[in-house]
Order: sequence, then C-alpha cells, then structure tokens
Amino acid sequence: MADSVATTNGTEPAVTAKANPAAAVATWADERLGIATATKKQLRKVFPDHWSFMLGEIALWSFVILLLTGVFLSLWFNPSMGEVIYDGSYEQLKGIHMSEAYRSTLEISFDVRAGLLMRQMHHWAAMLFIAAMLVHMMRVFLTGAFRKPRELNWIIGGVLLLLGILEGFAGYSLPDDLLSGTGLRIADGLVKATPVLGSYMSFFMFGGEFPGDQIIPRLYTAHILLIPGLILALIAAHMLLLVYHKHTQWPGPGRTENNVVGYPMMPVYAAKAGGFFFITFGVTALMGGLMTINPVWRFGPYNPAEVTAGSQPDWYMGIAEGLLRIMPGWETHIFGVTLSWNIFLPGQIAPIALLMVVLAYPFIEQWITGDKREHHLLQRPRNVPTRTAFLAAMITLYGLLWAAGGNDILATTFHLDLNTITYFMRGAIFVIPPLVFILAKRWCISLQRHDKEMLLHGYESGIIMRDAEGGYTERHLPLSPERAYTLTAHERPEVYAGLSGADANGLSAPKARLDQLRARLSKAWYSGDVQKPTVAELEEAHHHAELEHAHDAPLEGHAADGHQFDGRHEVAGEELTQKH
Amino acid sequence: MSDDHNHGTELVPAEPIENPGLPEHLPRPTDVDPVAEKRAERQVATLFGLSGVSAVLFCVSYFAIGKRDVFIGIEALQLALGTTLGLALLFIGVGAIQWSRKLMSDHEIVEYRHPAASSEEDRAEALAALDQGIEDSGIGRRPLVRNSLLGAMGLLGLPAIVALRDLGPLPGDSLEHTVWRTGMRVVQDVDGRPIRPEDMQVGQLVNAEPAAFFPSEEGEEPEVPEHEILAEKAKAAVILVRMQPDDIKDQERAQNWGVDGILCYSKICTHVGCPISLWEQQTHHLLCPCHQSTFDLADNGKVIFGPAARHLPQLAITVDSEGYLVAQDDFNEPVGPSYWERG
Ligand code: HEM
Ligand code: FES
Repeated sequence: MADSVATTNGTEPAVTAKANPAAAVATWADERLGIATATKKQLRKVFPDHWSFMLGEIALWSFVILLLTGVFLSLWFNPSMGEVIYDGSYEQLKGIHMSEAYRSTLEISFDVRAGLLMRQMHHWAAMLFIAAMLVHMMRVFLTGAFRKPRELNWIIGGVLLLLGILEGFAGYSLPDDLLSGTGLRIADGLVKATPVLGSYMSFFMFGGEFPGDQIIPRLYTAHILLIPGLILALIAAHMLLLVYHKHTQWPGPGRTENNVVGYPMMPVYAAKAGGFFFITFGVTALMGGLMTINPVWRFGPYNPAEVTAGSQPDWYMGIAEGLLRIMPGWETHIFGVTLSWNIFLPGQIAPIALLMVVLAYPFIEQWITGDKREHHLLQRPRNVPTRTAFLAAMITLYGLLWAAGGNDILATTFHLDLNTITYFMRGAIFVIPPLVFILAKRWCISLQRHDKEMLLHGYESGIIMRDAEGGYTERHLPLSPERAYTLTAHERPEVYAGLSGADANGLSAPKARLDQLRARLSKAWYSGDVQKPTVAELEEAHHHAELEHAHDAPLEGHAADGHQFDGRHEVAGEELTQKH
Repeated sequence: MSDDHNHGTELVPAEPIENPGLPEHLPRPTDVDPVAEKRAERQVATLFGLSGVSAVLFCVSYFAIGKRDVFIGIEALQLALGTTLGLALLFIGVGAIQWSRKLMSDHEIVEYRHPAASSEEDRAEALAALDQGIEDSGIGRRPLVRNSLLGAMGLLGLPAIVALRDLGPLPGDSLEHTVWRTGMRVVQDVDGRPIRPEDMQVGQLVNAEPAAFFPSEEGEEPEVPEHEILAEKAKAAVILVRMQPDDIKDQERAQNWGVDGILCYSKICTHVGCPISLWEQQTHHLLCPCHQSTFDLADNGKVIFGPAARHLPQLAITVDSEGYLVAQDDFNEPVGPSYWERG
C-alpha cells in the first residue's frame, strides 16, 4: 500500500477532472477524505458470476426492504398494551376491547393508504429474508465455501440466521392479535420450563404475570433497535470479510486457487446487483399488493381464553413447533421440584444444540479431514459425498419436523389419524434421515463414477455403430479439453491415517483414543469416493480409443444412422433416415 | 500438527489434465452490430421509461381511488398501489440488468488472491509489539494488579444484572392462585350470564369464566380491575362439561366435585398454556389446538395423548342458594404450564 500514496497524490489532479463531472466530485471528495487510496482497487473489484451467488444477495436486499417498510410502519404503529375500545373503519370489530398495538395495526391496514401494502410487504420480505439466508447457507455448505479462511464468515452467517428468526418472532408478536398472543403464550410456557429460574424469567420478561402490559413495548425496542442494529453490524462484518477474502469461484479453465475471474464491481456487478435489488423490491411489492399475509383483523385481539384451531406460527418456527408436538409428555417430579423434559428438551436444549453444531461445523470437518489449507475454489457437491449426504439428511430432518409442526393440518387435509402421524414422526426422525444419508451418498458416488467414465471414455453420443462383424457399439466422443479440465479440477482426497510409531507412543491414553477416532472418521468420510483418473489411466484410455478408432476405420465415410447428430461429420446431402 | 497438509503448495494440482487457461472472449451481437446495439439501447431506455410511468400511476391511484372501492372483489386501492409500485421497481431492475448484459463491457478480468494471513514479517512485528506492550504494562510481573483488575471487572457484572431487577415483580405464590374462591359463580364467557345445571344438556361443553370478570347484577364495576383481567383470565378460564353420570370413571369425585354429571376443568393446557377448545362429545376427549395434547374429561382430565405431562386441573363446583353453579374453592393445584418450583 505504501507506493499507492505516492501514485494517487498526484500534483495536479484537477487537470484530468475537468473532463468528467463524476471525476470532479470524486476529486472534491478525495481532497478532503483521501478515499481514492481505499477505493482505487475496490471500484474494479472482481466478482465471479454464478446464479447461486445471488442467494446471499436476496437476503441482503430483503433486509434493506425490511428497513424501509419497517420505518414506514413505525410512523403509525403504537406499541402499547393499553386497553381501548375500537372505533375505526373495520365494521366487524367496532366496540371490541383491544390493545392500542392491535388498534394501530388495524389503522395501518384500513385507514392509512398504502399501509396494508407496506405491512404485507414487510411480512413477505421477512419470509424472504429468512428463506434466502437458509438457502444461501445451504449453498455455502454444499460447495465447501465455509472452509478456511472463511470459517468466521460462516459463524457470522449462522448468528445472522438466528437473529433473523428472533427478529421475525418479535415482529410477529407486535400486532397483538390472537395468533401473536398465542405465540407469546407458548414462549411463556417455554421460558417457564427453564430449570430453577423459569418462573422468574417469565415474570421479568412480561413485567409480571403473563401477559402483563410490558411485553409489546419491550419487543418493540428489540424489534426496531436492538436486533436490527446487531443484524446491520454483522452484515457489515460479513461484507467486509467477503471483500477481504474475495469471492470464491467455481473451478474452470483459467480459474485457479490463486486468482478470481469475473466482472468488475464498477460497472457490471454494480448494475447487476443494483438491478437485482430493484427486482427483489418489485417482487416484494407485487406480493404485498396481491397476496394476503397475516390478516390480523380476521383473528381478533388477543384473549388468553381463546384460540383458533389450526393456529400456526410463521414457517421458520416450524421445526421448533414440530419438536414440541412430537415430544412425549415426560416430566420428572423429584425433591419437590418439576423438570419438564417435554418442554425444555425440544424448546431450549434442541435449538441450542442445533445452533452449536451449525456454528462448529467447519471446525468439525477440518478436524476429520485434517485439511487446514486455504480454499478458494468451490467443490461440486458430488465430490464431497459425505458432506452432501449429511446435508440431505439434515434437510430431511428439517422437513419431517416441519411436517410434524403441521400434523393437525396434515390430518385434516389427508384424512389421516392425528395420533398415527405423531407416532410415525417420533420414529421417522430417527430412521429416515440416516436412510437418506446412505442414499444421497450412493448417489453422489455414482455421479462421481459417471464423471470418471466420461473422462476416460468420452461422453455417450447416442450413435450406434455396427462393425464389420455385425456387432453393435455406442460411439463415445471425447470431452472438450475445457470440460475435461473442469471435471478434474479438484483435489485427491487424503485419508488421515492416525499417528503411528513414536508419535503414537507419546500420546496419553485419551489422546490416543481421540486420534484413533479421528482416523476412523476420516476413513469413513472418504469411504467409497471415486478418485478422478490419473495421467496414466487417461493415457491408457486414449490409447484404447485409438485402437477402437482403427477398428472402426473401415466404416469411416460410410453413413450410419445418427452421424448427422454428432456434429463432427459432413452431413450435407445426407438424408436423415437411411433406407435399409 | 505435522499431518496437516499445510505446505502452501498448489492446492489443485493441474493433474491429470493441464489447465487450458481462460477461454477466448467472444463478442456479442451488440459488440459488433450497431443496429443491435441501438436496439438494446432503446430497450433499456423503454424499460426505465415504463418505470417512470408506473411511479406516476402509483401517485394517481393514491389520490383517485377511494379507500373502500372494490374491483372484481379485491380492494382496488391495495391492488393498484401494489401493482404500480411493483412494476415501477421491477422495470428499473430489469432495465439495469439488461443494460449490464447487453451494453456494458463483458470482458472478464482477473484479480490475484493473496493468503488471508499477513506476511511472516508483519506478524512477527505485530507479535513483538504485543509482547512489548504486555511487558511494559508489567501485567505478568504484578499479579496483584492483574488479579484485582480482573476481580473488579467481574464485579461490574453485578450492577448490570442487579439494575435489571425491576423488570418485573417476583413470582411469589401468584402462579398457585387464581381468582376463584368459595361461592364465586361460574358464568358464560361471552356475556357473563350465570349458569344453572338444567341449562346444560348432556354432551354439551360451555366456555366459562369467574363472575369476578364481569359487572355485578347491580351494575357495579367488575371485581377484577380492567388491566388485570387478561392476566387473571390466563389462569382462571374454565370449561364446564356435562356427561352421562355413568360415563364418569371416578364416581366419588363426580359426586363431590361435580353437579349431576357436570364437571369443571381448567381451560389452560398443562403443556405450555394454550386455551383448550376442541371437544369430542362421544369420547369425552378434549384436544388442545396448539400441540394436540388430548385429555380425557371422563377420567379426571388425564392426558391420553400428546406432549402435555399433567392432567387438567379440576375445579370443584356446587350450586348456590339460587341454583346457579359456583366454585367450592380455588383450584387445589397450580393451573397452566409447569415450572420448577411447582413441585
Ligand atoms: C430483519 C428484519 C425484520 C424482520 C424479520 C421483521 C419482521 C416483522 C414481522 C413478521 C412483523 C409482523 C408484520 C405483520 O403485521 O404481519 C413485523 C412488524 C413490524 N415491524 Fe418488522 N421486521 C424486521 C425489521 C424491522 C425494522 C428494521 C423496523 C423499523 C425500523 C420494523 C418495524 C416493524 C413494525 C413497526 C411492525 C409492527 C407493524 C404491524 O404489525 O403492523 N421491522 N416485523
Ligand atoms: S399448549 Fe396444549 S398441547 Fe401445547
């Protein structure tokens, strides 16, 4: 960086600036802020292109939309639990007792023009925000983009997802309608089940006995200040690290671990990303305008003695809901105290454990594979079968729990017995994910094998050749060099074998056991993986292909059905179908 | 660890196939054909223009359409505002992307990566500076200073926690009591009307509440002040259910705690506190809509399915001198979700 000071502090910058107004502004700013040094590289920073890199962007843009629409809502929303009698323009609720929070939500929906639009956009954007983070995270996971040096960004991302879910729950609770109050009631039950401190935590949270008159104002502070502030700070850190590490890229011709190939920030990436912001925003506006979400006026104000059948939280709470529902009713009464396993296992321990596994994942994988090098090229999911299969199993578990969270809806929609569904789910979450793991791993391995076949014998052209002796073979054509290179641009796995000899003797017993475990895990991790061909194997295959070619040579120049399609033969004057 | 392949070697050895290098750049039609270029330019400008039109239409709709106007069964204002805003934004987005794809240079450029770590010298220098700082502070040599500082910092956590004490009152025994007491009438939850046993048919379930939530017959204010009603309701809501007396398993209890086959149970689920509402007449089962815990009201409110662990608390009832259902006393156990000191 030292020499950049000298090159940018030119003596007469104003001379070139005359020509272009943008440059004039930039010069004005640089003379005061010295920003040229910092931006000269960043303005043409390279961003590689791939559709899956857009997922994180959707999350970012939906957060911006949440900020904008949220500020609009906060101009009218009144976060108070004070009781009022409704006298607004929604006839069905006239004369009903409700909180000011609920009344102001009705006001936003019916009396503020564009208010309902903004409310619905806010809610849709919240769904999009969390969904996009989740899918973005899966992309990062599947392609190994969390590997060194990006482990911290993985952790930041995980915390962002958690904060997003909390923020969503807080927002969902604000309107103080029957559904949001029911959600809070369940939260109160979860908190109360905390060992030792439960009832105290509940009283401190609600400012007294549930529901009290404090929770909405408190959640409001969390919802519009505390959590968005944290999210904003973490997004900033996420982006800074992204810029520092530079984006990962897919391997391909000219793309290596040591470079990054793509379009410059200014102008191409800026136009694409900026355009994409408007598209996300536009789609959210259309959804907010045309698709009803959370019609709070239909549910009525919160009343702890009422609930509607089929009440459901927002989808991202689905797995917590599912866990709560399928947990058997275990409770221990001992020494005059109550331990509600049925609540704090699914409601507290399970989410915390899940979060820990997610955050620790990069380090767990690193320990198993022993790979502590930097990685900037992405991996194809099939080339890391165990990781891919693990995600497939986790997605299955997520789906099962999610379905369990709607077991009543499943029962009524498909006329099934509710209890049977629940018993089934209790077993299914332990049985089906491992099966999916095995299947997904097999599938990856067969895809790897397919890749290897193509490299060695070319791709299947669909052309059937009949040789002089009357035998039939399918003609294989070689891959293009670019394609072949791309398929082989990944590492050869190295199984961690465990320490041996003097190294192993020096270990204490627990450490030795840990080392053995690690070696076993590493072996299992790579078990069944198909290695890409070696140079020798490729040469041998090419040699073989040449022999084959010689064998076919007498047929060259003779038309065969399908020649027309291989793109490698003169076809002029040939008819598509030959007469026999 | 020696086994980590941390040697800074090329990570993806170009084997078995050499890296063929970046492919050649192929020009797009708009790069070589001025007509195509002009067309793309017009396309982009049209998209931006349409966005402007939509924005203006948004403003027109805002003022021209009434709040209650309906268009083919949909709120017209909502429909118009959502569509015009959506299109105004989408057109800008699509225009910008079209611009970048068709008209901006599409030459890929290459940037080189550097390891995330600083250079060895920089790291050594930074570590030396850190050591120097630690050394100069003497923190290692003066454990007394260090430990007293750590202690002081630790204690600072206390004010931070103590200052939050007034977030709420202590629970005390408030979770163990409800407003029910001897002789309080069990009334309809909608209008506060008292209930006679003969008002209820066999198989019927009535959502009920303590009379203390409603103005008295003489028109006095409810006994429970307005702002406490929700919190009290969250504990005191009940259901009355009338069954064939023979169907009830615990006959002794039915005699002592019920009236002619009418029993009264807490409406608050013992799982995490939803009000329970789905009644199956034939089976005497009561199902919680939140997580489907099912309670058998003919069998002391026993849990027969679902995640709840405890039976539904029962409220002992009788009739008063005027023949209305009243509570014999408060519940004899805490209602609602479990908590540690519940026992
Ligand atoms: C990560 C970000 C956010 C998420 C996931 C989120 C989510 C939600 C949700 C689901 C609701 C319920 C909406 C409904 O009524 O259907 C809500 C309400 C609300 N949000 Fe947010 N929000 C976020 C950020 C913000 C910000 C930054 C603000 C303000 C600066 C804000 C202000 C509000 C207000 C005032 C309400 C209540 C209005 C109403 O319910 O009508 N939100 N939020
Ligand atoms: S609250 Fe009733 S089952 Fe969960």
